[in-house]
Amino acid sequence: MSEQWIDVCCVDDIDEEDVMRFDHGQHTYAVYRSADSEFFATAGLCTHESIHLADGLVMDHVIECPKHNGRFDYRSGKALGAPVCVNLKTYPVRVEAGRLYLGVPT
Amino acid sequence: MNTVNAPLVIIGAGHAGGRAALTLRSEGYSGRLILIGDEAHAPYERPPLSKGLLQGTTDLAGCSLCDSTRLGELDIEHWTAGPVLSLAPAQHGLQLADGSWLAYGRLLLATGGRARRLPNVPEHMANVLYLRTHDEALTLRNGLRPGSRLVVVGGGFIGLEVAATARSLGCSVTLLEAGPRLAGRVLPERLSGVLLDLHRARGVDVRLNVAIEAVLGGERAEAVQLVDGQCLPCDLLVVGVGMQPNVELARTAGLDVGQGIRVDGQLQSSAADIFAAGDVCEFRLHPGGEFQRQETWRNAEHQGHHAALNLLGAGLPFNSIPGFWSDHYDWGLQTTGQISSAEPSASRATADGGFVLFYLDAGQRLLGACGWGMGNSIARDIKLCERLIACGTPLQVPALMDAGVSLKQLLRN
Repeated sequence: MSEQWIDVCCVDDIDEEDVMRFDHGQHTYAVYRSADSEFFATAGLCTHESIHLADGLVMDHVIECPKHNGRFDYRSGKALGAPVCVNLKTYPVRVEAGRLYLGVPT
Repeated sequence: MNTVNAPLVIIGAGHAGGRAALTLRSEGYSGRLILIGDEAHAPYERPPLSKGLLQGTTDLAGCSLCDSTRLGELDIEHWTAGPVLSLAPAQHGLQLADGSWLAYGRLLLATGGRARRLPNVPEHMANVLYLRTHDEALTLRNGLRPGSRLVVVGGGFIGLEVAATARSLGCSVTLLEAGPRLAGRVLPERLSGVLLDLHRARGVDVRLNVAIEAVLGGERAEAVQLVDGQCLPCDLLVVGVGMQPNVELARTAGLDVGQGIRVDGQLQSSAADIFAAGDVCEFRLHPGGEFQRQETWRNAEHQGHHAALNLLGAGLPFNSIPGFWSDHYDWGLQTTGQISSAEPSASRATADGGFVLFYLDAGQRLLGACGWGMGNSIARDIKLCERLIACGTPLQVPALMDAGVSLKQLLRN
């Protein structure tokens, strides 16, 4: 499957150990910067009740949904227990010349 | 009497009961499991009833814990044929509506509650509505048409969320609260104040300190007569004045019942092999603490899960930090820990015009916090407060009040 690389933002637009919402086309994504400045991207909505994850809290490698405390490892998308049981989709990212790019399927 | 192979039975197929059933299976319990409820639907979460479901942006599937197919796959027997008539703790058995006897090995009471009625609001009027179940939400939704005149009785969370949803659907809304402020038994004055300002700005006619004299009409409510003589014509009357816990079965069976079914630190009732969880459960968060009930999503989720572990013999103390949220138009409030209607110890402003209020104990440790923000924006700070409560380290008021000092920083200090 081929990917289209979308320019998301300047890498410094996301704080360390934080998350930002990114909308593109009909889709919404959550892009993460870990405490050691690695970048990741997942689907933007919680798999439990479709809440925007970007309002949630990032601690270590876990994003916690702002409403129901569903937790996911944002590196793998793995759901870490009730009330969430469906994993998050993840997407590739890359950094070039200080900008973050998101790979979305074409 | 052999109860070793008798089924695990859960009375109450709401959120807490449903979560318990799912947890029992995910924890590997493979014996017979019976979930007895009085609604036709598989277990679902109730918060959307006053928001998305009422608005029409979500449906039953969108708030289900699991559908009936999934219950079948998990071999969870979901019985809806009628109420449990009586409970015999000494015999480990239940008398069912059809007269039959059901023996249980262990039992979970997750009987929840029902909407409280008001003595001067007649029950039989077709357009007097309550909001506790999915079907009640659908009935209400059908009545919320642009231009319809809605009177909401009760300035707590249900009443306010119904008012917000009804306004967004174009209804004209009058909200009546008996007390001097909104959600005044639960929230500090500042949050009551922003709720009042927001609802009034969005066109809700909020009346505080009012008492209902009578509801006028015959088969339908036509107007609400207030004690001060005013008369408010209505097409729909929604009563949202809290819930009455369903404790009758437990009380008649001789279980210890206060404001709810009393449990010990492991959610076990005063009777052997009977546990309680959810809205009906009266528990202490700490040994020696005050008994409390929590009518929240979070409590149903956590106690349902926790009771299941202890039904299987885990013997774990329940000490989950409480919390809730409530949504109003494009704003939301969230709480964590023990908050109260009293003045908080400290406050901080947030970037979007919201704020966080902190409650500290005598040793400057965080007991609870609540906050207000656009959408779900307050969630991060409240989650960090939850962790600060769990750590129990003393905090400095100036740091809490300084929006330039992140709560994450305080957590890591």
